[in-house]
Amino acid sequence: MSVQTEWGSVRVEQSSRASRMAAAFAALLMLAFLSAPAWIDRGHLSMLMEFFYFLALAQMWNLLAGFAGIISLGQQAFLGLGGYVLFLLTMQLGWNPIAALVLAGVVGALVAIPGALIVFRLNGAYLAIGTWVVAETFKLAFSEIRSLGAGSGISLPASVARAVNLGPLHRDTVLYGAALFISLLSTVCSYLLLRSQAGLALTAIRDNEATARSAGVNSLRIKLLVFVATGFGTALTGALIYLSKLRISPGAAFDINWSSYMIFIVVIGGIGTLEGPIVGTIVFFLLRQYLADLGSWYLIVLGAVAVVVMLKMPSGLWGTFAKRYDISLFPTRRRLILDRSALTSELESGHASAGGDCE
Amino acid sequence: MSLLTVSGLNAYYGDFQALFEIDFEANAGEVIAVIGANGAGKSTFLNAIAGNVKGQGNTVQFDGEAICGLRPWEIVRRGIALVPEGRRLFSSLTVEENLLMGAYAKKKDAWPLARIYELFPQLKLKCKQPSLSLSGGEQQMVAIGRALISNPRLLMCDELSLGLAPKVIHDIYETLAAIRDLGVTLIIVEQNVQQALTFADRVYCFQEGRVSLEGRAAALKPEQVSRAYFGLDGAA
Amino acid sequence: MSGWIDSILQGILLGALYSLFAAGLSLVFGVMRMVNVAHGDLIVLSAFLAMWLQRVMGFSSTFLTLILLMPLMFAVGYLLQRTILNPALGEDILRPVLITFGLSVIIQNGLLQAFSADSQKLHGGRVEVASIALPAGLAVGTLPLLTLVVSTALIGLLQWVLYRTKLGRALRATSDDLSTAGLMGVNTPHLFAMATGIAMVTVAVAGVFTGIRASFDAVSGPDWLIFAFEAVIIGGLGSLWGTLAGGMILAMAQTTGARFSPSWQLLAGHLVFLAILILWPQGLFPRRTE
Repeated sequence: MSVQTEWGSVRVEQSSRASRMAAAFAALLMLAFLSAPAWIDRGHLSMLMEFFYFLALAQMWNLLAGFAGIISLGQQAFLGLGGYVLFLLTMQLGWNPIAALVLAGVVGALVAIPGALIVFRLNGAYLAIGTWVVAETFKLAFSEIRSLGAGSGISLPASVARAVNLGPLHRDTVLYGAALFISLLSTVCSYLLLRSQAGLALTAIRDNEATARSAGVNSLRIKLLVFVATGFGTALTGALIYLSKLRISPGAAFDINWSSYMIFIVVIGGIGTLEGPIVGTIVFFLLRQYLADLGSWYLIVLGAVAVVVMLKMPSGLWGTFAKRYDISLFPTRRRLILDRSALTSELESGHASAGGDCE
Repeated sequence: MSLLTVSGLNAYYGDFQALFEIDFEANAGEVIAVIGANGAGKSTFLNAIAGNVKGQGNTVQFDGEAICGLRPWEIVRRGIALVPEGRRLFSSLTVEENLLMGAYAKKKDAWPLARIYELFPQLKLKCKQPSLSLSGGEQQMVAIGRALISNPRLLMCDELSLGLAPKVIHDIYETLAAIRDLGVTLIIVEQNVQQALTFADRVYCFQEGRVSLEGRAAALKPEQVSRAYFGLDGAA
Repeated sequence: MSGWIDSILQGILLGALYSLFAAGLSLVFGVMRMVNVAHGDLIVLSAFLAMWLQRVMGFSSTFLTLILLMPLMFAVGYLLQRTILNPALGEDILRPVLITFGLSVIIQNGLLQAFSADSQKLHGGRVEVASIALPAGLAVGTLPLLTLVVSTALIGLLQWVLYRTKLGRALRATSDDLSTAGLMGVNTPHLFAMATGIAMVTVAVAGVFTGIRASFDAVSGPDWLIFAFEAVIIGGLGSLWGTLAGGMILAMAQTTGARFSPSWQLLAGHLVFLAILILWPQGLFPRRTE
């Protein structure tokens, strides 16, 4: 799409060479991941599944915090809620587990609406703790529900576990596929959202909410949209996680550590970028592999790395790298490209400008 | 005798350069006016001297000492006080508390409160009131008093007349004259060029971050000043 | 009937403890608009340090450890602010939250490594078990009563510092306008560190009192952070006396809820907090309009 101006024709370009190369590479990777159940053993497949659901959680937390400016320390509320809704639907109402997954997500979205109304009354750090309080309330409330195991939790019966088998596909494959799908969905949705008009609005909100408002951006509506969407996604992921674990308890499902992991992944990878959560999840898994035997040290190291990164490299590993070399694999930024061949000589002596980045 | 010497000062807001190679001199006891259009860099200049904006290198000398790069609280201790643009009184403090804040840096030779009240009798009555409950003119007095109480040798005032009625501006300039008579060196940033030229000994005109004109106020012709103010001499 | 009065009474006494938790949080937020997510964990750290000091010094009562603990925690707060938290402050509110959250995880897991997950308790001596009899068959423990006295005195002291001293004036001025305070001669990084240091002194006191009152472990921090936070929000931002009232209201909600069932204690508190948040978002006694 090109526009004629007095300086020549100007067009808006969204992809760059780096992103086109990345797209090709990603397509190859996608083939590898899709076929993984065929050539990876069960243990590693399970680990890959974990990778994808952590990635999904991180992408969603990133969308909330990095783009909509909402720091949530309470996403575990949706995660646990999704898990419990799944258990309820499958165990007590006989639903098919895959259908229950989707409905769990829907319940998450529905709960997010009144949740937002309460929690948006706070700002910044107080909003963060407010979400934590809500998650704690969920934990306490679910500990009271006898039919779902109360405080000690409940296990999914074998019949439900078997129902996950989809024809020839073993349940491990189905769960893996679901995790892959959800992480793709969350990444793609974030990407599409940011590429769209709403995305420009989000970036404006992130940069300066007051100014964005004065430019007519309805920040409240967009923040609500993002909150509800991530509520859906996180609940859906939570349902998947507990479908794979086969056992749920309030202490585990509503554990603040879920937020710890999401935050650390996004912070270390690079907040506010789409590539960041991917890098962060990789680093997270590598650290886990090497520090697994160290117990509490694992979290201490993770915490220390996150603090140091936040102080010295606030854009995270990917963010710092991308800024240095001006790379963006996911083409969300819009660049103004001026067609220089049409410039007159008068302009060239004065203020000729090449491409500028409009973010 | 030169009190403040600035040579080749550059100042940046991030990547944006706001001041270009500023040369400036203030002698003890002088009144210097800094005029120029909005955005010319006048406030940035005062803030750079006060330490709020990062200048560079050995470019600012106060009483023989290089003060560039010092933090604001270190600079005020050396005898430079700034009345900031927009007054910037402390909203949750009373009038008296605002004045006392000005004396924070000086343990010994600060002015006693009574002396400030002598200069601004209206403030004595309202001393326990929240500072923002005062009128614009009175707030300006508090801001000046707050800067004065630290017993500065150099007092810098940024846009004192902004938003004030002519009578009030007149009173404030009378007070400034009294302060000048005490031997305090004054640098005044003023939008009101007429006022500046009448009151000051010397004038600097800023235009787009550079000094476009400098001279004794009495010797400058109005057309000279207009041209420098608007950058019509291609000085930028 | 006396059961209800008892609930309210116990609520007031428990609330005094919660406001001890909250005082430091309220002060730091008032001065530098920062919420330290590791606040609760720092209280736990104080409790563990008190336990360790008592063992090392052989004190008969944990209260005596405060003589050493208060200056120690002041130093911890001062250094923490100057090295890690001052660089984190700025336009971006995200950074302090995330950094203090990271700090919280480090402290919790550090304590787990050093002291294991075992439940601990501090020993305050006779004041711990003594009680005073009141009319209508009610009784108040001397420890809760002491907590009430200390908490009120501490908040009164903080108020006095804020409104009657040069330091307090500087703290309030800096929270109004950071750069202008610098122009007045306030060394702002140092001042922020003083504020955090003072907050950590209250944290030391809170740690000792709560450790004596009930058992705690390495991961108790978040629970206490939440109580502190709820007390501040209920009471209203910017007011220390409001925080005292907020703590008591929260505690009364909890003790009332406990009458129905022990598991309802915490839930009742959270629900009252959420209700107040919906109905009076500014809190009940706010000092400033944010």
